[in-house]
Amino acid sequence: MATEMTMKPMIRTLCAFALLSVAQLAHAILPIEHWRTSTGAKVYFVENRGLPILDVSVDVPAGSAFDTPAQSGLAAMTNGLMRLGAAGMNEDDIARALADVGAQMSNRFDSDRGGLILRTLSDPKRRNQALEVMAGVLSAPAFTESIVEREKSRYVSALKEADLTPDSRANREFYRLAFGKHPYSLRSSGEADTVGKLQSDDLKAFYRKHYAPAQAVVAIMGDVTRKEAEAIAEQLTRALPKSDGQRLVIPEAPSLPAAVTRMVEHPASQSHIMIGAPGIRRDDPDYFTLFVGNYILGGGGFVSRITEEVRQKRGLAYSAYSYFSPLLARGPFVIGMQTRRDQAGQALAVVRSTLREFIDKGPTPEEVVAAKQNIVGGFPMRIDSNRKIHDYLAMIGFYGLPVDYLETFVANIERVTAGDIKAAFARRVDPDRLVTVVVGAGHDQTAAAPAAASR
Amino acid sequence: MTALPKILFVLMLTCAGLPVASAANAPADDVAVKDLANGLRVIVKPDRRAPVVASMVWYRIGSVDEQGGITGVAHVLEHMMFKGTKAVPAGEFSRLIAAAGGRENAFTSRDYTGYFQTLHKSALPLSFRLEADRMVNLVLSPEEFAKEIKVVMEERRWRTDDRPQSVMYERLLATALTAHPYRNPVIGWMNDLENLTIEDTRRFYEQWYSPNNAIVVVVGDVVPAEVFALAEQHFGLIPSKTLPLRKPQDEPPQLGLKRLTVKVPAEQAQVLMAYRTPRLTKPKEEWEPYALDMLESVLSGNAAARLPQRLVKTDRLAAAAGASYEGVGRGPGFFYLSGTPAQGKTAAEMEQGLRREVQRVIEEGVTQQELERVKAQAIAGQVYQRDSMFFQARQMGWLEAVGLSYRDENLFIEKLQQVTPEQVREVARKYLVDDGLTVAYLDPQPLSTAPARTAPPAGIRHGN
Repeated sequence: MATEMTMKPMIRTLCAFALLSVAQLAHAILPIEHWRTSTGAKVYFVENRGLPILDVSVDVPAGSAFDTPAQSGLAAMTNGLMRLGAAGMNEDDIARALADVGAQMSNRFDSDRGGLILRTLSDPKRRNQALEVMAGVLSAPAFTESIVEREKSRYVSALKEADLTPDSRANREFYRLAFGKHPYSLRSSGEADTVGKLQSDDLKAFYRKHYAPAQAVVAIMGDVTRKEAEAIAEQLTRALPKSDGQRLVIPEAPSLPAAVTRMVEHPASQSHIMIGAPGIRRDDPDYFTLFVGNYILGGGGFVSRITEEVRQKRGLAYSAYSYFSPLLARGPFVIGMQTRRDQAGQALAVVRSTLREFIDKGPTPEEVVAAKQNIVGGFPMRIDSNRKIHDYLAMIGFYGLPVDYLETFVANIERVTAGDIKAAFARRVDPDRLVTVVVGAGHDQTAAAPAAASR
Repeated sequence: MTALPKILFVLMLTCAGLPVASAANAPADDVAVKDLANGLRVIVKPDRRAPVVASMVWYRIGSVDEQGGITGVAHVLEHMMFKGTKAVPAGEFSRLIAAAGGRENAFTSRDYTGYFQTLHKSALPLSFRLEADRMVNLVLSPEEFAKEIKVVMEERRWRTDDRPQSVMYERLLATALTAHPYRNPVIGWMNDLENLTIEDTRRFYEQWYSPNNAIVVVVGDVVPAEVFALAEQHFGLIPSKTLPLRKPQDEPPQLGLKRLTVKVPAEQAQVLMAYRTPRLTKPKEEWEPYALDMLESVLSGNAAARLPQRLVKTDRLAAAAGASYEGVGRGPGFFYLSGTPAQGKTAAEMEQGLRREVQRVIEEGVTQQELERVKAQAIAGQVYQRDSMFFQARQMGWLEAVGLSYRDENLFIEKLQQVTPEQVREVARKYLVDDGLTVAYLDPQPLSTAPARTAPPAGIRHGN
């Protein structure tokens, strides 16, 4: 009660912050330039001369959703092994050429995307050396048999280790149950037995089919001119394998027919709990509504309902959260937490009733105001570094979002109402058709129905 | 998909090497610093790339200052700092920061405790008002403590108890050190947490939280003089305290090799070796810590560095191998080597492989080319770090909190550039020796034979 009293005057002051930051954004956001390379790759570029740094990435639809169950892990391995030998350079040549100029090249890999990200100093000498290596790795990876064998052994041993951990087990069960036969059910890293069977030729074939320029997205951020950026985009995509013209798509993920609850025995001191179902696509019209709604439900850290109920009021968990992971097809909606095993039942009941209450009644108008204040007021922090802007460029390009995505972000958030959130959650999250996975139970058990405790 | 597990090959240690300093523009040049009359140090670095500030308060207090029986209290207090003052009740701190569009959290280490917000620059007064308030007015209610200590125990289970490598690291330090409090984990031993009281926490707060034991760091779109005035307004009237005497608790010399085995449910064996080394105390005069930092990089600073190149790729002895130098802090320094044996290889073979590489450095030294490469990486790393306001603030706060100066950042990069191949060889010869070594083996146990813990299943029926 005392809390409510002190909140009121503050809210007015803080609205001023929010307005101020929006006003400043109008000229603070650098315009995104967009074009296509001669081979058809899409390029997104922001020039920023503030730091002598260049960030460049190239992404293609080559994530684990393009795996088959029999070859689960092929996409990840292809992406991971490109840098271990390419264009006449062996893996050490590549690593040394990058390190000698202080460049950092990392892999991007998830269910949708496969790609490479480069960060380098922007002076021409260092930049050119780093870009030359990146172009070679993208265009002519070798996938040498002896390297494939060695890496397979390393991947398999890491997978076996992961398979013993409760969080990895929970993830695996959750995706399997939530996505059934859809490829999002496949673990992005693959399984020990499927990875163990992959051959160099499999990697080469996957690479040729997926690392083509037609669906490639190049994101460039930093200390180069438009003209230099054009040359860089050409250099990185010119020699990518010719596409057969077939567009790579991921099928839509079906909704769950019914609730499933799976308990997995594990000796860990905590139970790892995941609840959820297929959620939304990245281009879903409900995206911003659900984004604001989920902030209130379980995305807003210490001020979200799930954290309040599970952690602040009851001390049941260190972290408890919910999120949507929007993808090319419908990615998951997930609620997750870890709690001492003997109180897993209580924690589950709390989280289920919190979700049901939220879906039945929706957020309060005050919660919506507070959520928007945070998201709008916090928008400058989303784009306060080259790296963050670069990540946005790559995401906007890959998911085909409008180039004014950042300019319109705040307005899209402001538009959301409590009624919109209630309606969107009702459309997207059915509390009677969720997967529940608890790893760290006493005994294995699968139930077709949700727990009675949720009512 | 962020939720899918990533394959982790590297052994993760919660330790940092030497900070790398900036190249193109010396980073500390445009930094302004002011000490208030009550002893609070305020450090401001303008960065006008976005209308944002990173605001931090660091206390020179960490688990190293805990006495026996209350391990973990520094971290528990960090949690309790969000649980209310008279003016700002429990939960309100986070709500106010969130409503201002901010993000916030806190961290506790062996040497320091830090609190931070990133905010729109216009919200800096809010950050200062709230931080100044909880520096002196914390309520510490028994009800909130009873809940939060449970949260911290969950954190310990999650961070340490169910993670084989964390358990190994915790037990290694407890074995390597005899007297120095670095032997205790920052999160505290579970039994100490179970018996910790609110009075323990209050005593710690009253002894150590004061402006003369704190540093405020602000990086962002600000004018230093205005930040100083704002700090004076919010923190200036808080009285300083006489801090308790800090006993050095120096670790006696190690008298020979120590070994331990950690049996936990896991798939793979692991080896973790810790050599006692010096730490950085006089950044201008000393050279050994910089040479140890370069040795770390030559061994594992890039994918073609010695440990991954030889042990993983050429010999195929390891699934992963790395080195890490922990040389900045108030307590003893360590140089770590770690390895995960490849399938079919044993922990003993892994240890031999790591030792072979140490021996090679001692006998043959390192090449000028290897050093040039890792120096180039260090210079670039310093430039990259300027892309993050949060990181810049953390770097300066950290140096001040461990008793060095934010200015030393400039010095570090110069000193690293001066390291010679002979110096790298010299520190390997001097410090990577058995008499100062502790070796831990993780001995993997099958899940099924793990000791049963609490009996009842985590049922889907109502709990309590």
